[in-house]
Amino acid sequence: MTDTDDRPAERARARPVRDGMALGFAVGVSGVAFGAAAVGSGMNVAQACVLSLLAFTGASQFALAGAVAGGGGLIGGVAGAILLGSRNALYGLRMADLLPRRGVRRLLAAQGVIDETTAVTLAQPDAAAARLGFLATFVTIYLTWNLTTLLGAFGAGRLGSPQSLGIDVVGPAAFLALIWPRLRAGRTERAVGLAGAAIALATTPFLPTGVPVILAATAALAGALISPQPGSPQPGSVQPEVP
Amino acid sequence: MTGIWVAVLVTAAGCYALKLTGLVVPRTVLGNPRVRRFAELVPIALLAALVAVQTFGAGQSLAIDPARLAGLGAAVAALLLRAPFLVVVVVAAGTAAVLRALGVA
Repeated sequence: MTDTDDRPAERARARPVRDGMALGFAVGVSGVAFGAAAVGSGMNVAQACVLSLLAFTGASQFALAGAVAGGGGLIGGVAGAILLGSRNALYGLRMADLLPRRGVRRLLAAQGVIDETTAVTLAQPDAAAARLGFLATFVTIYLTWNLTTLLGAFGAGRLGSPQSLGIDVVGPAAFLALIWPRLRAGRTERAVGLAGAAIALATTPFLPTGVPVILAATAALAGALISPQPGSPQPGSVQPEVP
Repeated sequence: MTGIWVAVLVTAAGCYALKLTGLVVPRTVLGNPRVRRFAELVPIALLAALVAVQTFGAGQSLAIDPARLAGLGAAVAALLLRAPFLVVVVVAAGTAAVLRALGVA
């Protein structure tokens, strides 16, 4: 996207690309788990792969597989899966300034608006690095997630447990690392992060999987109402380019 | 089987439409400082919630997985030491993997 960017700072470009590719690959391999879960639930290999290619958002995909496994209730399953996708709409609000604004490129970029790309994009120091981070994360995770979905659907999940490699810790550790500068930057940010985590944990036993995380958006709502102005310019925060 | 195909395609269409929705909201809406502030804070709230749920969640219940918790603890230690992103992630996953391999957690 910013290949023509002629900044001399090679290193400034290398970092978002390297971080995005690493996270994209590490999280993308969880596609094995989805492929296995989907086929185990009663989907066929093609259905599992089409879902990864077109829906491309893990929480929703696992939710639909769960509904299929539960037998019946497909309408409720679809509704639940789509509801889980609503957090990507919230991410898009923040990402819109940094991604292509119109045309086919916007339609393509939209498919990449998920947890991992948002985390990497918003952790970059400027708009150019943010776009590079988005692209690197999106491409890597899209390829990895879809390839490993196929492998998982064909039974690769039986080869070994991702847990033994600590893969289950990659997601939370990466997300924490990527929001860390923001949590340190301001009191409101810290309070919103803590409240979001608390809301999600407190409601987990009572709500379907995935919904507690969406509910955590209320912490951001409260933060915006209580403290509408960001503090002094924060290091590490992405300043959107205003045309 | 046809029912599952319909479910797959409707889910995919819905998920894509939601992703696009955030990007096509008119910029004037984001001109409102409160809306803009909300959009800024939302990723922090949701990603922090994901960290919590992926650390302590086991489906619809909460559980403590000692190896996972130790991995997250190692990540926090690495962050406090200002380690770069990749080091944080590798230290976290490696800690959990080693503890599991040793059978101590």
